[in-house]
Amino acid sequence: MALSAQQIPRWFSSIKLRRFINVTQLTKRFPRPGKTLLNGSCAWPQLSSDNYFLQWGYKTYRTSSLWNSCQSTNSSRQESNSAQSTLLPSVNEQSEKIQKIHSFDSDLFLEELDDLPPLSPLQSVSEEEAIQIIAAPPLPPASFTLQDYVDHSETLQKLVLLGVNLSQIEKHPDAANLLLRLDFEKDIKQILLFLKDVGLEDNQLGTFLTKNYAIFSEDLENLKIRVAYLRSKNFSKADIVQMVKNAPFLLSFSVERLDNRLGFFQKELELSVKKTRDLIVRLPRLLTGSLEPVKENLKAYRLELGFKHNEIQHMVTRIPKMLTANKRKTTATFDYVHNVMNIPHHIIVKFPQVFNTKLLKVKERHLFLAYLGRAQYDPAKPNYISLDKLVSVPDAVFCEEIANASVRDFEKFLKTL
Amino acid sequence: MGSAGLARLHGLFAVYKPPGLKWLHLRDTVEMQLLKGLNDFKPPPPKQRIRFLLSPVEDSEEKGLTLTATSVPSLTNHPLVRGPAFTNLKIGVGHRLDVQASGVLVLAVGHRRRLLTDLYDAHLTKAYTVRGLLGKATDDFQEFGRLVEKTTYDHVTRAKLERILSVIQGSHQKALVTYSNLDLQSQEAYEMAVRGLIRPMNKSPMLICGIRCLHFAPPEFLLEVQCMHETQQQLRKLVHEIGLELRTTAVCSQVRRTRDGPFTLDDALLRTQWNLHSIQDAIRAAAPRVAAELEKSLRPLSGTQPLPGPAEPQGSAHPSSASGLEP
Repeated sequence: MALSAQQIPRWFSSIKLRRFINVTQLTKRFPRPGKTLLNGSCAWPQLSSDNYFLQWGYKTYRTSSLWNSCQSTNSSRQESNSAQSTLLPSVNEQSEKIQKIHSFDSDLFLEELDDLPPLSPLQSVSEEEAIQIIAAPPLPPASFTLQDYVDHSETLQKLVLLGVNLSQIEKHPDAANLLLRLDFEKDIKQILLFLKDVGLEDNQLGTFLTKNYAIFSEDLENLKIRVAYLRSKNFSKADIVQMVKNAPFLLSFSVERLDNRLGFFQKELELSVKKTRDLIVRLPRLLTGSLEPVKENLKAYRLELGFKHNEIQHMVTRIPKMLTANKRKTTATFDYVHNVMNIPHHIIVKFPQVFNTKLLKVKERHLFLAYLGRAQYDPAKPNYISLDKLVSVPDAVFCEEIANASVRDFEKFLKTL
Repeated sequence: MGSAGLARLHGLFAVYKPPGLKWLHLRDTVEMQLLKGLNDFKPPPPKQRIRFLLSPVEDSEEKGLTLTATSVPSLTNHPLVRGPAFTNLKIGVGHRLDVQASGVLVLAVGHRRRLLTDLYDAHLTKAYTVRGLLGKATDDFQEFGRLVEKTTYDHVTRAKLERILSVIQGSHQKALVTYSNLDLQSQEAYEMAVRGLIRPMNKSPMLICGIRCLHFAPPEFLLEVQCMHETQQQLRKLVHEIGLELRTTAVCSQVRRTRDGPFTLDDALLRTQWNLHSIQDAIRAAAPRVAAELEKSLRPLSGTQPLPGPAEPQGSAHPSSASGLEP
């Protein structure tokens, strides 16, 4: 047992160096959130770069191994091993790895034993040393929330202060695991500096990282190449900031994919280069989202709603959101505006905002105007009410300026629908 | 604090359901708006965490380290770490309205949802306005259903319509007495009838307590119906049957509930008012009325004083005068 007592800390350090290189990146003594259960009978204290902590951890371990006193060095090593690999996703895989690590280690093991300080649990410690032993309660080895770890990880604390919403990220266990293993100085700082270089403001970083936490695993060179690609397409710096802010995943797309998608929009809509650029800057979500709904919407506008190609071009450049809108909703809105309100295509084309509004709102206002006898949408006649005004002003302004009625009357009318 | 806001949310309130919106969708929208309001409250100040930090000892003779207790703010309950304080609310829906119908819909939040059961057991009447259109018939009795038949309606007059309506009302009143399981010759029945409280206390087919014509301008007509145990589709069918009785056909273009038990149109919140503050106010305003109404209807014989019964304006004083259509 004494032998194993000496072996294990050393073994830890060798493991630490070779297999779990990430461990050293933890700034604080810190647990791994894993999904697996520990094999050991006690919760194994977490790995740490802190020597004292290691000693303490070892001691706990030893007591537990004394409980099940018939354990050989070998098995105890395995046990500690399994305790260590809490990250591994399943128990089966875990044991597999244990075997691997074990065989791999056995050669090196003996040579490294010599330079270890002789440590024994019975050794008395001085006051000064004792005071430096931090006996924090062990953190949960597995947890479904980052809440347990945030007070012990400098990385997480800094991310929270940046404004990253951890409660959103922890919904993706893989992302949360990744975040725990990162070191602020080494991994995160460079990404942050890069984003600052791109032009994001401090208060935008939090929301950006909440969405695109995967950027931490991206290669910095690739990111730079992507930004350079966007610059080469004549997007100005302000444009790129706007795009990255509104579509955080933009930087996670490869250059080929970005190029394909830019090409798709230019070809499908037959817009000029400058107009395509404006469209993308206004709604960068087009580049990161799926292209299928866009194709389907364009078909629906042309075949189902009967707009001409140049009309679609005009509307899309005015309201890019029309491309990603829900097809069922736009069709319903068009049906009401065209067939009930009797507004011809060429007027709808001038006011595509109507597709951006709730159908219920259009309906309510139109019915109120019709009730008052003011529903007059023909620009050639007096008392013309433009669609834009009908849909884009708030209720109070609508009642006062367009309907010439009080808000109370409008509400009363709504209760008769 | 959000929990204080939640405490004031337990209760009943009414919303105005616009036509074309599913009640489940409406409930989810209200829940989302309430959660938004509750989560907007300022989070509590961060908890302090006591940590023992190493610090050098100054005053003592020997140089050394000691532990000093310091409190550092803990991020565990930071809103960005913990997530929103409220993620779901328990909201119950009273008597349903189908998609095309509009009007007063009662919602209940939190532990007052059980009042909905009490309201259901009270068998209060509901008031509807039903708009009909003469001259055509559709397969689902609604205006835009598949057209089945077209007819002329020149011969229909208001007097004819009202005659049909009174026949319907009479037959339903007869059914009402049958389903209420009361002996009409008893003093008890008399007292309840005086207070307008005769009604079935368990399941029954749709019963109409009052029906009258508000507006008649062929082909359109507008009816006011007070009824219980109805569905909106049954009301549409009623319009269809009125059309057949008038020797023509009719479809129903609007079903709108103007009152559900104690909740009237004035209490109903419009779509723009579905936010935390309006709903809290509405709940506070409605609470005493709901309690009074339930008290009155669940213990009908507790008071001897005859009270005016707003729930059933037609009363049931002449139950034997009706004959004709069966419901």
